[in-house]
Amino acid sequence: MADALFLVPLAVVLSAAALIAFLWSLADGQYDDLAGAAERVIHEDREHPLPGRSLRNDIAGQDGG
Amino acid sequence: MSLPLDQAPSIAERARDLAFFSHRPAGAGASRRAELVVPSMQCGACLRRVETTLSALPGVTQARVNLSTKRVIVEWRDADHPPALIETLDEIGFPAHAAELGDQHHDAELSALMRALAVAAFASSNIMLLSFAVWFGADPQTRQYFHLLSGLIALPTVLYAGQVFYRSAWSALKHGRTNMDVPISIGVTLTFALSVWETMQHGRHAYFDAAVSLLFFLLIGRTLDHMMRARARSAVAGIARLAAPCATVIAPNGSRRDIALSEVMPGMLLIVAAGQRVPVDARIVSGTSEADCSLVSGESAPVPVSTGAELQAGILNLAAPLTLQALRPSSQSFLAEMTRMMEAAESGRGLYRRIADRAAALYAPVVHAAAALTLVGWLAIGASLHQALTTAIAVLIITCPCALGLAVPMVQVVAAGRLFRKGILVKDGSSLERLREIDTVVFDKTGTLTVGVPELLWPNPENLEENSALAVAAGMASQSGHPYSRAIAAACPQPLAVRAEALSEQAGYGLEARIDGAVFRLGRPGWAAPLHAVDPQVSVALSRDDKPLASFRFRDRLRGGAADAIADLKGRGLAVELLSGDRASAVADLAGRLGLPYRAEATPADKVRRLEELKRQGRTVLMVGDGLNDAAALASANVSIAPASASDIGRTAADLIFLHESLSAIPLAHRIAVKSADLIRQNFALSLAYNAMAVPVAVAGFLTPLMAAVAMSSSSLIVVLNALRLAAPRHEEASHG
Repeated sequence: MADALFLVPLAVVLSAAALIAFLWSLADGQYDDLAGAAERVIHEDREHPLPGRSLRNDIAGQDGG
Repeated sequence: MSLPLDQAPSIAERARDLAFFSHRPAGAGASRRAELVVPSMQCGACLRRVETTLSALPGVTQARVNLSTKRVIVEWRDADHPPALIETLDEIGFPAHAAELGDQHHDAELSALMRALAVAAFASSNIMLLSFAVWFGADPQTRQYFHLLSGLIALPTVLYAGQVFYRSAWSALKHGRTNMDVPISIGVTLTFALSVWETMQHGRHAYFDAAVSLLFFLLIGRTLDHMMRARARSAVAGIARLAAPCATVIAPNGSRRDIALSEVMPGMLLIVAAGQRVPVDARIVSGTSEADCSLVSGESAPVPVSTGAELQAGILNLAAPLTLQALRPSSQSFLAEMTRMMEAAESGRGLYRRIADRAAALYAPVVHAAAALTLVGWLAIGASLHQALTTAIAVLIITCPCALGLAVPMVQVVAAGRLFRKGILVKDGSSLERLREIDTVVFDKTGTLTVGVPELLWPNPENLEENSALAVAAGMASQSGHPYSRAIAAACPQPLAVRAEALSEQAGYGLEARIDGAVFRLGRPGWAAPLHAVDPQVSVALSRDDKPLASFRFRDRLRGGAADAIADLKGRGLAVELLSGDRASAVADLAGRLGLPYRAEATPADKVRRLEELKRQGRTVLMVGDGLNDAAALASANVSIAPASASDIGRTAADLIFLHESLSAIPLAHRIAVKSADLIRQNFALSLAYNAMAVPVAVAGFLTPLMAAVAMSSSSLIVVLNALRLAAPRHEEASHG
């Protein structure tokens, strides 16, 4: 019982961290173009992510399903 | 011979759209941005090609492709002219068009739903884990601790993730209505309150897991449902853009000036230059030209027009300036009439009630009544208020329709995914529901049943002599890119070899070749053999030294799979008919080939009237069309399909779009719509069966949190699995007939 007293809240805090990470990646637009991301990873010529974060966010959420 | 046979809007038109739809991003200084739709992007290579090509254009600062949505956002430094984005993409083989303005803003509601869903998923998985310990017999101290912990997780979740439901329930109640969100909101909040009470009393049963996982399942359904709802878009704006921005009038003293359309009075003389649209309905006073009447008839082949002819507003003057006399003010013009029809059709569309809404309207009162009766019943037999309330809340929990919330959107998402893989885009989930109900299919001709590419009519091209007229014509035609030339070249297996230097092309007339000292001409009959009268049906003639050798007639080539698709639709018990704006002779020929009843020379208004007539007869109509002239009919039919090659306005007005050439998409879409309607019914039955089993237990007061969790999860799971049956490819064969 004494272990559970802090281990269980710790587990909850850890999964809350995962939740926050997910919410951040969602807001960052990382799920906007899953098909494109899968292809982009193959091309080697860019060593840094594209600067256009605002562009990516703009395209977000327009897939009809 | 200058025929733009492409039904799709011209590059110039699309480029003008681009200028229309580009905008300055907030705070980005002197730059502009536009979003293009590039439907033919398929793979990583296409993505790279489009991005690198566009980035290399002068002035372009950035191009970013979204492969999932087949769009590209381009940013460029503000200049007088936008870069030649659409032209460039066309050159490298990726036809593009500007995305409508309405598309451009971020879908905030979907993001909010996703965030709520993430929070509910987090909370329900954690609370479920804690609940397992309680269900399997934790000692009272641990149970109390876990209940407290669950309550702490559940509180922010119920407050945050439940907002979608509370808001919708509140707005329904405010308007004196009730919807499915009312019992959901009451159920979730009461369940949470009851659990807090139980926890404070050190009770055995807390339903935090039920409250939170209910939100989780419902949010899945709500998010899928949102993805299946088309954002309101209207084709009316598209039609309005076909209006000329102003009219050039000739004053009695001969001077010209531009005036607003609303100031044009009948009787005024107007000048319309080549490449401009006719501003109001008018009669030609002088001038001879060719006009693109696709707005009126759906035929994109230019129509020769001359003095005395009447032109409707929106018709494009192609060749030479015309002087016109206005017949009607612009408020009564053909285009204004089209806009009104479009508006009327689109507002009628909103009246369709989706199956989920109809089910909810039936089900919500049942839930309220069951819970209220339980409360009253238990009080009547002398139970304490606490016990009666607890039982009533248990009934609310168990009747809350999480499987019902998943039943429709899950099937529609799977069906839309299946159709997307087959090259059919579903804009809105309810269009699948409407497609299932059809009993009549109405086809347009040009661009829909046919592809708008000519095909040569010639008896037995296989066994002809070496130097026959066709071989000569094909030899000449093989060196020209004109659609008629291609049709002639394609029809002849062994063309005569004609040296390129012996051949010259006379733009607008045809081809001239010197073979063995004789002059051969292939082209307009009046030019090839000027001294001989010809049948007006003949489009192209071949002459030798001005003496006619042969004449060529063409017909529009059938779209692939047209005959099979129509046979298939008829075999499925649907009435099929043809409704075209083209000449009666051309329509009759095609209708004869396909064995369809037809109506020819139908104006856009005639098409809408025909659809309304069918509706009055109690028919439910699927309209398949593509042209500007079909837009109003597409919008007023119960459900509509357009090919991807359709005009912008046609695509906006249609509910479904098929990307490939073959018409087999239409029976396939119908088949999947019928199948998904079956699955939706099964899902309703399954989730109601679950409730029917669990409700008596809850009414009797025996419901435990474990039983609620099992009933909720397993019914949702079964509904999801049942929907996934639609994705299995073997159903394609199994579901014939």
